[in-house]
Amino acid sequence: MNAEMWLRIRSVKLINMKQYILFVVIYGIIFAACGKVPTSISMTNTVPPVTETQQGAFQTSKPLIVFGASSLTEVFIEIGKSFEALHPSDKVIFNFAGSQALRSQVQQGAYADVIAFANTREMNTLVTGNLVIKNSATIFLTNQLIVILPEQNPGNINSLADLSNKGVKLILASDAVPVGSYSRQVLSNLNAPFGENYKNKVLANVVSGEDNVKQVVIKILLGEADAGIVYISDAVSAPSLKTIEIPPIYNIVAKYPIAILKETQQPYLAAEFIEFVLSKTGQLILQKWGFSPVNP
Amino acid sequence: MSIFHRISNLGPSNNKTNWIFILPSLGLLSLFGLPLLALVFRAAGTDFFTFALSIQALTALRLSLVTSTISVLISIFFGMPLGYILARWQFPAKTIVELFVDLPVVLPPSVAGLALLMAFGRMGVFGKWLSFFGISLPYTTTAVILAQIFVSAPLFVRSARVGFAEIDLRLEQAARVEGGNEVQIFRYIMLPLAWRGLLTGLILAWTRSLGEFGATILFAGNLEGKTQTMPLAIYLGLERSLGVALALSVLLVLVSVLLLGIMRKLEKH
Repeated sequence: MNAEMWLRIRSVKLINMKQYILFVVIYGIIFAACGKVPTSISMTNTVPPVTETQQGAFQTSKPLIVFGASSLTEVFIEIGKSFEALHPSDKVIFNFAGSQALRSQVQQGAYADVIAFANTREMNTLVTGNLVIKNSATIFLTNQLIVILPEQNPGNINSLADLSNKGVKLILASDAVPVGSYSRQVLSNLNAPFGENYKNKVLANVVSGEDNVKQVVIKILLGEADAGIVYISDAVSAPSLKTIEIPPIYNIVAKYPIAILKETQQPYLAAEFIEFVLSKTGQLILQKWGFSPVNP
Repeated sequence: MSIFHRISNLGPSNNKTNWIFILPSLGLLSLFGLPLLALVFRAAGTDFFTFALSIQALTALRLSLVTSTISVLISIFFGMPLGYILARWQFPAKTIVELFVDLPVVLPPSVAGLALLMAFGRMGVFGKWLSFFGISLPYTTTAVILAQIFVSAPLFVRSARVGFAEIDLRLEQAARVEGGNEVQIFRYIMLPLAWRGLLTGLILAWTRSLGEFGATILFAGNLEGKTQTMPLAIYLGLERSLGVALALSVLLVLVSVLLLGIMRKLEKH
C-alpha cells in the first residue's frame, strides 16, 4: 500500500448517516430480543461465588447452581421448575454435560452447589479430592441401557445380534463418559449369548465416540448413523426413536449419586433440593422420564 | 539511545513518545504470552514424554498434520483462481460471491459443522444423492478435510485476493500488449508478484486447519486414527487427565511454532 492509496481511502466516507441509523436499529432489535430469555431455567458454565449476607431461613435471591449429567437434562429441568414452584423466591440454574466433563470443571474451580453424576467413579474422584461434603452423597436413581435406532432404521437392525453385522454405523459415547463405559461393559456381557467375538465386531462398527449421551441421541435422531447405545431415559425423552431392549441379565444398573459441594454458599437450599429429588414428588417425576426411583 | 528503530528510515524514535506504543502492546502481548508460557510450565511438571509419545497423542498428531496439509493444498489449488477473480474481474452478484467467501470465517465452527452435516450428511440435502452412489461422508477422514477446508480456505482466498489486487495494473496490461494469454499472465506475472499475500494466506489457512474443532467434531465425529485430530484429542483428553491435555497442547504449540518459523524464514528470503 503506498501513500497515495492511503490518502484516497481516508478521504472516503465509509458509511453515511442513513446506514448508520439502520445499523443501530437492527443491533438494538437483536439485543432487545435476546433480553427476553427466561431467567429461571438457563444453562451456564460457571458462576463466580457471590458474597452472601443473608442465608438459612431468609429467602436468598442467588440462584442454586446444579451440575447434572447430560442424561438428566429433561428430568432436572422439570424438577427445577417444580422446586421453584415450591420455593417462589429461589431459582435453579443447570449446567448439563458428561459427568467426566463436570468433574473436570469442578476440579478446575467451577462453582456449583449440587452435583448429580451418572456413575459413582466421577463422584468418588471428587470425594477423594475433598471437594464434596462427605455425608451429603447419596444415590437418587438408577438407570439402564438400551439400543436406539433412527425411525427409518436405515441399517436394518432388528436384534442385538445385528449390531455386529459388517458395515453397521454405530455411535457410542467415548469410554471416559459414564454411558460409554457402561456400553462397553454391556457388550462384554453380550459375549455370553453371542460368542467371544461379538464385542470386538461391534466395536469395529463404532464410527464416533461422543462426549456425552445427548450427542449420541442427536446423531441417531438426525439419521446419520444406524444405531447407538444410550440410557432408557434418553429413549423416553426421544420417543420417535426405535429401540431394541437389552435383557436385564446382560444389562448394567447405573447408580446416579447426588451430592453437595464443599464450596457451596447455600448448603441449606442445596440440601432442600436433594431432599426434593428424593421425595415422593421428585421420584415420581424421575419415573415419568424413564428412570428407576430409589424411593418407590 | 533507543533500541527501537522505525522501519521507515527517519532515524531513531523518541524515547518518551515510544511508551504510547509500547504499553498497550505489552498488555496485549502479555495476554498472548502468559497463558502459553503457563501451558509449557505446567506441562513440564507432568509426565510429559509419556503422554506426548503415547499412541493416542502421536496418532492425533499425524492425523492433524496429514489432513491439514491436504486441506491447504486443496485450498490453494481452488483458492488461487477464486482470489484472482475477486481481485481482477467485475461481474453481477460479485457481492454475493464475496459474502459466501467471508461467511465461513465469521460463523462459529459449530454452525459450520451443522451446516456441513445438513448438506452432506447421510440424510442431507446433497448427501442423499451421494449415498445413492455409495459415498457416505460423515465420520470419514474426508469429512475432516472438508470441515478444515470450509473454515480455512476463505482465509487463503481473502489473502490471495489482496495479494493479486496490489499488483500494478500497468504490469498486467503491458503483458497483455506483449501478447500473453490469461494463463501466462497468471503464471509469470501475477503469481510471483503476489507471493507475499499467497504465503500469508497459506500460513493462516494451515494454522486454522490445524486448530479446527467445532466443525470437525460435529461433521466428522471423533474416532482415534480416523477423525480424532489434535484439538479433539486435547478437548477429550482434558476430561480424562490434565496431563494428557497439557502434553498434547504443548505438542500442538510446538508444531505451530515450527510451521510459522519456516514460513517467516521463507518470507524473508
